[in-house]
Amino acid sequence: MSLVQVEDLGVRYGARTVLSHVSISIGPGEIVTIVGPNGSGKTSLLRAIIGAVKPFQGRVEKGIGVKIGYVPQKLQVDETLPITVSRFLKLAGDITAADIDLALTRAGVPNLSKAQLSQLSGGQFQRVLLARALIGKPDLLLLDEATQGLDQRGSASFYQQIEAVRQDTGCAVLMISHELHVVMSASDRVICLNGHICCEGTPAVVASAPEYRALFGTGTGGALALYRHEHDHGHDHGDHNHNRDKTEVAG
Amino acid sequence: MLDDFMVRAALAGVGVAIAAAPLGCFVVWRRMAYFGDATAHAAILGVALSLAFSMSIFVGTMTVALLMALTVNVLSGRGYAMDTLLGVLAHSALAFGLVAVSFISGVRIDLMAYLFGDILAVSRGDLMVIWGGAAIVVALIGWRWSALLTSTLNEDLAYASGIKPEREQLILTLALAITVAVAIKVVGVLLIAAMLIIPAAAARPLSRTPEGMAIVAAIIGMLSAVIGLRAAYVFDTPAGPSIVCVAAIAFLTSSVIKSFRPAR
Repeated sequence: MSLVQVEDLGVRYGARTVLSHVSISIGPGEIVTIVGPNGSGKTSLLRAIIGAVKPFQGRVEKGIGVKIGYVPQKLQVDETLPITVSRFLKLAGDITAADIDLALTRAGVPNLSKAQLSQLSGGQFQRVLLARALIGKPDLLLLDEATQGLDQRGSASFYQQIEAVRQDTGCAVLMISHELHVVMSASDRVICLNGHICCEGTPAVVASAPEYRALFGTGTGGALALYRHEHDHGHDHGDHNHNRDKTEVAG
Repeated sequence: MLDDFMVRAALAGVGVAIAAAPLGCFVVWRRMAYFGDATAHAAILGVALSLAFSMSIFVGTMTVALLMALTVNVLSGRGYAMDTLLGVLAHSALAFGLVAVSFISGVRIDLMAYLFGDILAVSRGDLMVIWGGAAIVVALIGWRWSALLTSTLNEDLAYASGIKPEREQLILTLALAITVAVAIKVVGVLLIAAMLIIPAAAARPLSRTPEGMAIVAAIIGMLSAVIGLRAAYVFDTPAGPSIVCVAAIAFLTSSVIKSFRPAR
């Protein structure tokens, strides 16, 4: 049984269609990664799953009792808002001190509960956000480029943490990542998105798919790949524009 | 006790300070300072309409403040920047209000009383309205506290927790309209935003949690009201502005304290 079932999803902002005919399904304990160039609708897909945008077609169905933990792309805490890490975590609902300790430990920042949110470093902040997502004991963790702004070591250790979390709690993970080497080593399944699903499957299958190569080049092995979209790869997709500019994909 | 106008004035000031404190914190955190100001300015149109149709000032100002805030909410993001929109609507409402007041014959209206407040003329009935309004504002914000805070931190995080940020925004808008309506008699249209922002800003360096900041802001607001009134009595200065002056001094003091201490 799947945790979340996305069926024929379409998302539109004003007249601009960012997603069309997207169908995915996430099973328990899976790590699924979404890759795709900037503006390909990755964040919109996650936002549709959490209910922050209303799809104009299709639907998102959550399994009964499925809890979702969400780690946003970035979160800026205004300097004018004083809030400690533990107070921030308590906002998630009925939370005990033990829950806070456990979540912070799982996220790899056990001693931060008394720190001010606005004083944290980028890496600490992402881990606190991870702790916040974990504190409700989610069945599915959604991560939107959670390592943006971290250096390579920081992001590598962040993804190790995610893997450890999955092993500890058994939760499934759906994440957006630009870091192809991480994607290829850590994911069970990769979805290549560009307004629609270009291709999906195990990392090995996706890496050899022509659609993926069209997006990320061949034999990059996760190194910096400049994306240049080919116009000739064939799958049908209404009004979707393939003629995007070159987009950097950080490796 | 309530027979003494100074006691009534002090109670009125304290009531407004209590309502303004938690709301003011959100105004500061969400950077809505100008929004509060604009809503307050629009209230003068409410005063004019209330006088023209001889209905309660409270109802008139609250209705106009609410309409103004809702209009801004609906129109924002449709091609105009928020501050432009607020500037147009607030000042238009203020201007129409002032013009409308000039048409009202019969009663001679002391506009100054609405622009700068007339706290010394607070009646028992006013006091009931002020405390009733303050109680509603505090109850509203207390009820939605966690949801409001989560929406303020990050809208997507709020959605993921099953919170609707638009609805929380509406609650704040409603609380703002009520606060404007009850504060108009105490500090007047032009200084309502000051009562919202200054105590909250003064409380910031002295607080470690959002709740702490709201409580400290309430204390600073209440002290400002009481001390300001006393000062107005002793020095024979206008009461509303005197209250705001005391709050400003509190802000200055807490800023100085902050600069002598590492950030927290």
